[in-house]
Amino acid sequence: MLQLRKLTKTYKTGDQALKAIDLDVPKGQVLALIGPSGAGKSTMIRCINRLVEPTSGEALLDGVDLTKLGAGALRRARREMGMIFQEYALVERLTVMENVLSGRLGYVGFWRSFLRRYPQSDTDEAFRLLDRVGLLHMADKRADELSGGQRQRVGICRALIQNPKLLLVDEPTASLDPKTSRQIMRLITELCRERDLAAIINIHDVALAQMFVPRVVGLRFGEIVYDGLPTGLTPDKLTEIYGEEDWEATIEKVEDEDETEAAE
Amino acid sequence: MSDVTLDNMVGHRWRKPAFIKNVALRWTLILGFVAYLIAAFMTIEVDWGRVYEGLDRGWAFVLAFTSPDFTSRWSDIWSGLLESIVMTVAASVVGIIISIPIGLGAARNVAPLPVYVICRGIVAISRALQEIIVAILLVAIFGFGPLAGFLTLSFATIGFLSKLLAEDIEAMDRVQAEAIRASGARWVQWINYGVQPQVMPRLVGLSMYRIDINFRESAILGLVGAGGIGATLNTAFDRYEYDTAAAILLIIIGIVMALEYLSGIIRARVQ
Repeated sequence: MLQLRKLTKTYKTGDQALKAIDLDVPKGQVLALIGPSGAGKSTMIRCINRLVEPTSGEALLDGVDLTKLGAGALRRARREMGMIFQEYALVERLTVMENVLSGRLGYVGFWRSFLRRYPQSDTDEAFRLLDRVGLLHMADKRADELSGGQRQRVGICRALIQNPKLLLVDEPTASLDPKTSRQIMRLITELCRERDLAAIINIHDVALAQMFVPRVVGLRFGEIVYDGLPTGLTPDKLTEIYGEEDWEATIEKVEDEDETEAAE
Repeated sequence: MSDVTLDNMVGHRWRKPAFIKNVALRWTLILGFVAYLIAAFMTIEVDWGRVYEGLDRGWAFVLAFTSPDFTSRWSDIWSGLLESIVMTVAASVVGIIISIPIGLGAARNVAPLPVYVICRGIVAISRALQEIIVAILLVAIFGFGPLAGFLTLSFATIGFLSKLLAEDIEAMDRVQAEAIRASGARWVQWINYGVQPQVMPRLVGLSMYRIDINFRESAILGLVGAGGIGATLNTAFDRYEYDTAAAILLIIIGIVMALEYLSGIIRARVQ
């Protein structure tokens, strides 16, 4: 469904953030993108919905090359890709409901959105999504009144109400505590399964990625150095991705945590 | 830097590195500035004899505040006041409405380069021309009266508000706006959802402040014939009616303080 063909990004400073990335993501597959800071994870997902312009290569979504679209076509293509951000990126002074409904901006005209008169079907869907993530009672609260975990749930609703084919998720748990991080990861992966959605999740927490996704792609210096099952991430592989370090503890920790999780 | 070892550092005093490293240059600049300051003060001539004579007049003016005369020229004061309020409200509304698109255009992260250059140009012109100069020009064109004052204040409001609004837009949180763009929003929707909520409190606060400034300016513009309470004030000074002038100044002070109080309340509410 999503195919990246020699996708390359070179910044003006000459830094090669992505070096000819080739990647296929089939429909409904959730994939974790791991790698050290500066490996190009964030650049890669931003090149797909063109918040960052790729330098060369192709990104095909259902056969349409996103990198060649004009302004209007790009807007329509962006509706098909929901994005979830690291620091939630909710508009702080808007209400929860406005933030969720802003996911429909690509579908409604200016006056409807300006007057906040969304079609009933959109409002109903917003209510349903908020109920699904357990925040229906917060609908009229301002976004800056929510806690981190709650904000990220609203961010998830905003991405899903677009009715996307693909979720682009940028470090969803980076500013959350360990427990909330797991809840958010579980929620994202569950929702993807319910809706048969593909997702690319940037994440630096290897253990967390291993817990929730069936496929892990490791990025280092803008190149894919690992692509396979989470169980295949041996200390050697992690060294290849992140550099020399003692990995036994990280890997063991995963198993420990799984047990405590089951005991809860 | 082989001398940066612990043995070399321990026992030495530590001081914050000086802003200007070169000692000779540093002291030349400091002493030069002090010398300039002394020389500058010496060039300001003070005629103590004249000051002594003027003290009486000044004292009369101050005394007038103890017995302000609101009544004898009340109809003049009232009509001047109304004119000032009309000028202030009309100029503020028109100025704010025009400032918003120019402010958007003058923000580099929202507008394309050609629009940015034009809007920054408008802001620069508006800010370079001081109100009094603009008022003198407009009085020459439109004649005495509040029309010239209204246009002057609108023009000045544009420079002030557009510049500060543009700076606030440039300092906004990029990620919040990016999230709206990622949903496939049009440019206007992006402004309405991603940018406007972020800058609204500042826009309201600045607008209130500008209304305040416009009222005070309207009292000055009368001095060059652009109508308003300033014209009444000018007449009172010309006739040496310090008690009437004092009454007018007290009214202006009262209104400015009331506006200040009001803007405080409004700003707290839109936070």
